[in-house]
Amino acid sequence: MQQAGKFSSLLQILFLAMSFLVYQPLANASKEEAFNVGEMIMHHIKDAHEWHVAGEGKESISLYLPVILHDNGFKCFSSKHFYHGKESQVPSSDSTAYHYLEGVGPAKGYALYHEKIYKLDQIGTANGQPVYNLKFHGEHPHNAMPTDLSITKNVASLIFGSLLILIIMLSVARFYKRNGAVAPKGLAKFFEPIIVMVRDDIAKANIDQHKYHKYVPYLLTIFFFIWINNMLGLIPILPGGANLTGNITITLFLAVCTLLVTVLSGNKNYWGHIFWMPGIPVPMKIFMIPIELIGILTKPFALMIRLFANITAGHIIVLALISIIFINKNIAWAGLSVPMALFISVLEILVAFLQGFLFAMLSALFIGAAVEEAHH
Amino acid sequence: MTGMFGSIAAIGAGLAVLGAGLGIGRIGGSAVEGIARNPEAAGKIQTAMIIAAALIEGVALFGVVVGLLGAKA
Repeated sequence: MQQAGKFSSLLQILFLAMSFLVYQPLANASKEEAFNVGEMIMHHIKDAHEWHVAGEGKESISLYLPVILHDNGFKCFSSKHFYHGKESQVPSSDSTAYHYLEGVGPAKGYALYHEKIYKLDQIGTANGQPVYNLKFHGEHPHNAMPTDLSITKNVASLIFGSLLILIIMLSVARFYKRNGAVAPKGLAKFFEPIIVMVRDDIAKANIDQHKYHKYVPYLLTIFFFIWINNMLGLIPILPGGANLTGNITITLFLAVCTLLVTVLSGNKNYWGHIFWMPGIPVPMKIFMIPIELIGILTKPFALMIRLFANITAGHIIVLALISIIFINKNIAWAGLSVPMALFISVLEILVAFLQGFLFAMLSALFIGAAVEEAHH
Repeated sequence: MTGMFGSIAAIGAGLAVLGAGLGIGRIGGSAVEGIARNPEAAGKIQTAMIIAAALIEGVALFGVVVGLLGAKA
């Protein structure tokens, strides 16, 4: 009975999350004049120095994240000194004006343009106050950039996701430590089949029977990191909504981890297949060396692009479908765009799991190939 | 000029999707056929199907990413 109550409250939370999924882009996209779909979507999938909740411009509700700069010593201040700073613009050569945010207070002397921080140049003084400017050559400012070590939206989301995984896994581990190998309850009941699936279907199925144990922790980490952060990315309000696993830096890091694990655990047989492929004539052996060497890199490269493109494409599709209403400027289009956005969002729940599964599965395949013994 | 780049990028993305659709369609069809012939091997066939589909999807996504970069240029 208690279990059923828990399940229905879980369902309620799920539905609540889904309804937010639909409302959130509405709140952000309500700019009346000249609605630019591409710009809105790019703004949403990029990293930012604030964690936006609702509203527009200076009236918006956001979590302002700390900006940490290394520029003649460390400087640390809230990003609200940018977002609530001075809005400036520079006319460019091709008659479009570039808008940027000039920092005030502790952020004085810096400017935020397209979520990147630039150092402003002093061009003179007016009324005893220094006047700063951002210099544009073409589309990009040519000002110097300080080393930006800020806790951005993605970094904050990364920390939150990692803490969530830690809490979940430690509480699951504590259950087994306390109760021994009994039928699981609570969180452990939900996570045991998934952990067993990673161990049996991913690790055991692809890596040698006697060697797979060593790689199960890595595969579990990579699976749960990707899955949970994908799911957080689908929640549009504060603890989620960052496009973390759709950030190419994150996927690059994960792919490099797989590359290192594969290369470092490669045995004689693996390197033999790369530098002196058995069973083919000598000229072919020489010809195969560069191809095999490139092959070492293309496998993790494909992992990187697959995760990045899948998650980013998912975010873009949902935002683009919601944008249909604003392009046509008619609420009746919601009848088409909202069900389609809901459909894609539900599909994304499957994709979130599938991408984590695939990343771990393909990592296991590569590791399995690296530790395989020679067949005679 | 930027508008023209956008439409060429859209054609490229469309071609990538066409290829991926053909590829994944063939994998799905063959997998269903395989499961129909030997329902006991359904689990193994599904795993192999998902991996093969992911590999094709990866190539298609290269096309989509290049299309995105083209549209932004």
